[in-house]
Amino acid sequence: MDKFRRKLRRRVVTAVSAVSALGLVVGCGGSDGGGTGGGKKDGKVTITMGLFGVMGFKETGLLDKYMKENPNVTIKADIAGDEQTYYTALQTHLAAGSGLKDIQGIEIGRAKELSDTQKDKFVDLAGVAGTDHFLPWKQSQVTASDKKVIGLGTDIGPMAVCYRKDLFEQAGLPTDRDEVAKLWEGDWSKYVSTGKRFKQKSKADKVAFMDSSSGLFNAMIYGNSQQFYDKDGELIYGSNPVVKDAWKLASEAATSDLTAKLRQFQPGWDPGLANSTFATTVCPAWMLAHISEKAGPKNKGKWDVAKAPKGANWGGAFLGVMEKSPVKKEAQDLVAWLTAPEQQAYLFKKIGNFPSSQTALEMPEVVDAKSDYFSGAPIGKIFGAAAQEIPDEQVLGRKDGTIKDIFSQGLTLIEAQNKSPNEAWKTTDKRIEKAAG
Amino acid sequence: MAISTSTPSDGAPGAAPPTGTGTGGERQRRSTLLHRLDVRGAPYAFVAPFFVVFAAFSFYPLVYTSWISLHRVELSTLSLMEWVGFDNYTALWDDDRFWNALLNTITIGVLSTVPQLLMALGLAHLLNYRLRGSTFFRVAALTPYATSVGAAALVFTMLFERDFGMINWMLSLVGVENVDWENNKWAAQTAISTIVIWRWTGYNALLYLAAMQAIPRDRYEAAAIDGASRWQQFLKVTVPGIRSTIVFTIVLSTIGATQLFGEPLIFGQGPNGITGGADNQYQTLGLLLYEEGWKNYQMGRAATVAWAMFLLLIAVFVVQRIVKRVAARKA
Repeated sequence: MDKFRRKLRRRVVTAVSAVSALGLVVGCGGSDGGGTGGGKKDGKVTITMGLFGVMGFKETGLLDKYMKENPNVTIKADIAGDEQTYYTALQTHLAAGSGLKDIQGIEIGRAKELSDTQKDKFVDLAGVAGTDHFLPWKQSQVTASDKKVIGLGTDIGPMAVCYRKDLFEQAGLPTDRDEVAKLWEGDWSKYVSTGKRFKQKSKADKVAFMDSSSGLFNAMIYGNSQQFYDKDGELIYGSNPVVKDAWKLASEAATSDLTAKLRQFQPGWDPGLANSTFATTVCPAWMLAHISEKAGPKNKGKWDVAKAPKGANWGGAFLGVMEKSPVKKEAQDLVAWLTAPEQQAYLFKKIGNFPSSQTALEMPEVVDAKSDYFSGAPIGKIFGAAAQEIPDEQVLGRKDGTIKDIFSQGLTLIEAQNKSPNEAWKTTDKRIEKAAG
Repeated sequence: MAISTSTPSDGAPGAAPPTGTGTGGERQRRSTLLHRLDVRGAPYAFVAPFFVVFAAFSFYPLVYTSWISLHRVELSTLSLMEWVGFDNYTALWDDDRFWNALLNTITIGVLSTVPQLLMALGLAHLLNYRLRGSTFFRVAALTPYATSVGAAALVFTMLFERDFGMINWMLSLVGVENVDWENNKWAAQTAISTIVIWRWTGYNALLYLAAMQAIPRDRYEAAAIDGASRWQQFLKVTVPGIRSTIVFTIVLSTIGATQLFGEPLIFGQGPNGITGGADNQYQTLGLLLYEEGWKNYQMGRAATVAWAMFLLLIAVFVVQRIVKRVAARKA
C-alpha cells in the first residue's frame, strides 16, 4: 500500500513538472516576434537597415547626409559582407517573423523567390511618388504577379572586361582599351583565344589570363533574356543553348589552364588581386570598387577597362520595406531618396555602382565619368553602352542565386579537381535537381 | 470527534494548542505528510527547472523535427506542409551525398580525435610535473578552447590559403610545392582536423590533469622503488589511474565530432563552405543538414538528416555498451 502511494506521488510530481514545461513552451509560442528594430520615440524616428556587400549607402556617407537633412531620423545599417550569409539570415528571419530590419536589401538572384513567396511581408512600393525613373526592366524584376512592387532598384551590373595593361604588354598584346576591345569584339570565344595567346607569350609564369572560369560563364549567360528558367517558371538550363555554350567555353578555359583557379569574392581572390596573379577579370560595374580596394594603391594605373564582347547584366539590387515595420512611411521615404537619380549618380561617381535609373544614366556626371584608378577609363561611356545592350526582357527564376552558385562549383570541379566537363555537368545537374526540384 | 473533522481548513501550524488526543493525532499525521512531501518532493522541485528547459528546448524540438521530417516543407512557407510519410528517409538512404557526408564525418572525426587525445595525454603528463609557472601553462593550455570557433577557423583558413597562406609558404621552404588545401580531399580534412585539435587539446589536457592529480603519490613512489622508469610509470600508473576520464573524453569527442559544423563551414566560406567544398570533399553531416535546410530551404529533408544523426548517436551508444558488456564477460 505504502509502495503504491509512493509510486503515485512520484507520478504526480512528474506530471506537474511536465505540465509546467508545456506551459513554458506555450508561453514562448504565444508571444509575437515583435518589431523590426526601428520605431518612433519623442518625435525621433529610428530606421534600421539590413544590407550586404558594398551597396555604398553607409560607406559613401549618404546615410549621414540623410540624417543631417532630417535631424529627427536616426538610421542604423547592418552590413553583411557575404550575400549568401545575408540571404540565409533573411530567409530565417522571414520564416520566424522576427529579427527583420525596417529596410532589407534584395539581391537580384533572390528577387523572384521573394516576390513569389514572401510578397505579403513587404510593403507595396508601386505607388511611391517620384519612382517612375527606373529602367523598364529593372522594376519588372521585383514586381509580383499581382503588380505588387516589393523593392526599389539601386544599381545594375552592366559588364566589361577589366585587364592589366602591364601584363598585357609583357605578353605582347595591345594595351590601348579600344584595341583590346577589338581583340574579342562580338564573340566571347575570342576572349578565350586571346587568353591562349597570352599564355604562350607571357613571360611571367605564375600569371594566369583570367581569375576564374565562372566569371566568364556568368558574363555569357547574363547577356540573354532567358537563362535557367523560362517565362513560365520552368527550369530550362539543361536544354537552353545559352547555358550549354557558356558551359562549353568556360570549361575550355578551365581545361586549357587559362585561369588562376580562384573563386570570385572567396578567400584567395583578394590576395590574387593584390599580388597580380591574373591579368583579366570579367567585371560588372560594381566590381570596380572591390578591385581598386583590394588591388591597392600600388596597382593604381595598371588596371584598365575594355568593352566586353557582348553586353550583359550581372547583379544589381533592390531595397524593400517590411510590412511589419512600425516606421513604414519613414522607411519608404528613405528608400525613395536613396534610389533617387541624384543619389544613384553620386554612388556611381563615388564607388562605381551603376545606376538603374534612366534619368541618372543621362546625367552628365554619369555619362562623362572617368575612373582614376583604372587609367582614366571612361567608365560612364563603357558601362553605359553595355547597359544599352542588355536585353529589355530578363526572365528571372526562383532559385537563380542558388543555381548560379552550383554552376560555379561545377566549374571548380573541372578547374581545381580535374574532373572532366562531362562528369562535372552530371554532378551539377544532380545538384540543381536537389536544390530546385 | 466533530471538532476534529472541522479543523483542517483553518488549522494553521501552531494556531491553537492541542485540545485533545484526537486532534493531536490528526495534526501529527498532517505534519508527517508535509515532511514526507518535503523530503520526497523537494528533489523533484529542484531538478524540475532542468527538465522544464529540457522539455522546451530538446524534447519538443525533437518531436517537432520528427513531424517535419515526414513532410515536404520549405523554410519560407513553413505553414504549407505536404505529408510524404517516410519518403524523406528512403530518399536519404539512396542519396550518395548522405553516405559521403557520413564517411567524411567519421574520417574527420578520427583525424581530429585520435591525435587530439594523445596530445592531450602527453600535455597533461608534462603539466603534472612540478614546474615553474604551472598556473600560467595551465591557463595557456585552455586559451584555444576559449577562442570562438569562428575566429579560430577564419585565422586557420588564412593560414591554409593556397597561394599566399603561411603554411604553404613554410612548406615551400623545405621544397614542398603549393598544396591546394581546400580542393584536395585529404588536405582539406587534415586542415579542418587541425582547427579542431588546436581548439580542444588543451581542454582535454586539463581534464586529464585533474584526474592525474587524484592519483596517490605513493603509487609512483612504490613504482620508482621497484625501478620503473618515467615512461613505465606513465604507462602502468598514470594511464590506468585515469582510465575512466579517458573514456569520458572519448565519449565527449565522439559527440563533438558527430556534430562538427562550424570549422568546415568557415573553412570553405560562402557557398563552398555550405556544401563542404566543390566536390563535397569535406561535407559533414552537420553541413549536409545546413545545406538542405538553409541553402535548398527544404526543411523536411533537413529534419530527416537531423534524425539520422540522432539515431546514429544512439547506435554508437548501443554498440559501445555491447562492446563493454562483452569485454566485461571475457575478463
